[in-house]
Amino acid sequence: MRKTRREILLSAGKYILLTGTAAAGLESLTGTASADTTTPASDGYKMADHWWGMTMEVDKCIGCGNCVRACSKENDVPEGFYRTWIERYHVKEGDMEHPTVESPDGGMHGFPPTSTPVDKSFFIPKLCNHCADSPCTQVCPVGATFVSPDGVVLVDQSYCLGCRYCVQACPYGCRFIHPTKNVVEKCNLCYHRITKGLTTACCEACPTGARKLVDLKNPKDPVHDFLRHYKVQVLKPHMATHAKVFYKDLDGSVR
Amino acid sequence: MRVSFQDAKHLISLVGLFAAAVGVFVILRAAVVPAGFGKYGHYRAGAIDDNRARAVKFAGQGECVYCHDAQLQVRDSGRHKTISCEACHGPQAKHVASDGKEKPAKPDVIPLCLNCHEKDAAKPAFLPQVVKADHYTGTTCSDCHQPHNPKM
Ligand code: HEC
Ligand code: HEC
Ligand code: HEC
Ligand code: HEC
Repeated sequence: MRKTRREILLSAGKYILLTGTAAAGLESLTGTASADTTTPASDGYKMADHWWGMTMEVDKCIGCGNCVRACSKENDVPEGFYRTWIERYHVKEGDMEHPTVESPDGGMHGFPPTSTPVDKSFFIPKLCNHCADSPCTQVCPVGATFVSPDGVVLVDQSYCLGCRYCVQACPYGCRFIHPTKNVVEKCNLCYHRITKGLTTACCEACPTGARKLVDLKNPKDPVHDFLRHYKVQVLKPHMATHAKVFYKDLDGSVR
Repeated sequence: MRVSFQDAKHLISLVGLFAAAVGVFVILRAAVVPAGFGKYGHYRAGAIDDNRARAVKFAGQGECVYCHDAQLQVRDSGRHKTISCEACHGPQAKHVASDGKEKPAKPDVIPLCLNCHEKDAAKPAFLPQVVKADHYTGTTCSDCHQPHNPKM
């Protein structure tokens, strides 16, 4: 069967679609060699040596709001938005399904005193859980948010489109759109501090050690004893996000 | 033989077209994809450094000890020993960088103490708590309590 030139060009057009695949293959052959996370940055920080997370000892949290204030000062968090916040729970006896939760200004200025201690009540500090299998990073259409090689969920603010997919994808409500920059904002675990050997601003300011930055890859970190000895839980374990903020003494009513 | 290769010319131009399209794709991609994209994963490697670039504001407990041994000793002898200096004094990186010349603001004592110590049902039992109206007698807390070791 002879084909007309027109038919050949039409089917050629379809094959042109393959060029993307071919070019990507070409690029993976010739492109950058696999990245090396073990080479230290100029200041000696090696990403491959760390896997960051946090522990929360709920029974030590006094709801003072020091962490929220410290975070907002350290990271210039816009007013009315919080990268970390504290919730106060009141749970009626046995009624785990309907806790009353309040978080005035994210707990920034502490909490108005509650007088009648009829309910069980306690504070829950929250922040980005720096999930290893995070839904927020998976939905980003441009690769502007990602889990870094040392386990921190970061945002590339110069590349973010502000499309808000990740804000919706986060099961913990940890993301927001910066009101003036119009790009997404979230806790970056004080990445500028922890990579210099400091703790996060919130942990620095916590008066009781209720929250502690931990490095799960450091064999000397007390977190290993902590996880071996205490009964811990992550928030929303059914989401299977591989969250790395471990709560000790967490009540079942906490969502 | 001649019959099966009768369209060879078309094939050659097809191959040429294909190669040109690959070339255009590679050039376009290089122009559109930012530097360092894909080095560690599906993101711009430089974003990691961008996140590191911010200036530190809380100098950290490790800094204060160089110059404030007196306050440190008092604090460590009482129950405020778990509280870092900057938890009460706020971010002091500038104070440290200026060797103490840039003076920290005085803490606003009453709200500072009460954020932690005002009685609340949700607060854990180990924390000593007071009801402001009953306890506070008109002066500021630090008139009676030394903030670094508040034991009476
Ligand atoms: C390089 C030495 C140095 C370091 C480090 C340092 N300070 Fe100071 N600090 C000083 C000096 C000097 C003064 C006294 C200033 C004066 O009285 O004029 C001072 C005074 C203060 C005051 C009292 C200000 C007042 O109103 O009298 C506070 C509070 C304070 N420092 C907190 C801190 C904290 C918190 C840290 C740790 C983050 C820290 N300093 C680290 C040198 C230092
Ligand atoms: C519980 C909160 C708290 C903590 C923790 C704390 N301070 Fe203070 N500090 C205060 C308050 C409040 C004042 C001011 C007292 C006043 O104005 O009457 C003060 C005053 C000072 C002063 C002024 C001189 C003096 O001794 O009164 C210095 C210097 C100082 N603090 C350094 C430190 C350092 C260094 C640390 C860490 C070891 C520290 N503070 C920890 C609350 C605190
Ligand atoms: C950031 C939170 C915080 C601030 C601010 C704070 N405290 Fe405390 N304070 C604590 C904690 C926590 C304890 C108990 C520590 C423990 O036993 O583990 C405590 C203990 C005390 C005690 C009991 C001391 C004893 O030896 O029995 C007194 C009194 C006290 N604080 C008074 C004050 C006063 C006065 C201020 C204000 C200058 C103040 N606190 C500021 C957190 C705070
Ligand atoms: C007039 C002096 C005076 C003033 C002002 C004062 N206190 Fe006290 N405070 C005391 C004395 C005395 C005690 C110890 C006796 C007691 O437990 O009642 C005490 C105990 C405490 C305790 C420990 C309570 C316990 O159960 O162990 C806390 C916490 C406390 N004060 C916080 C504050 C705070 C916060 C302020 C400022 C709002 C303040 N105090 C102002 C005299 C004072």
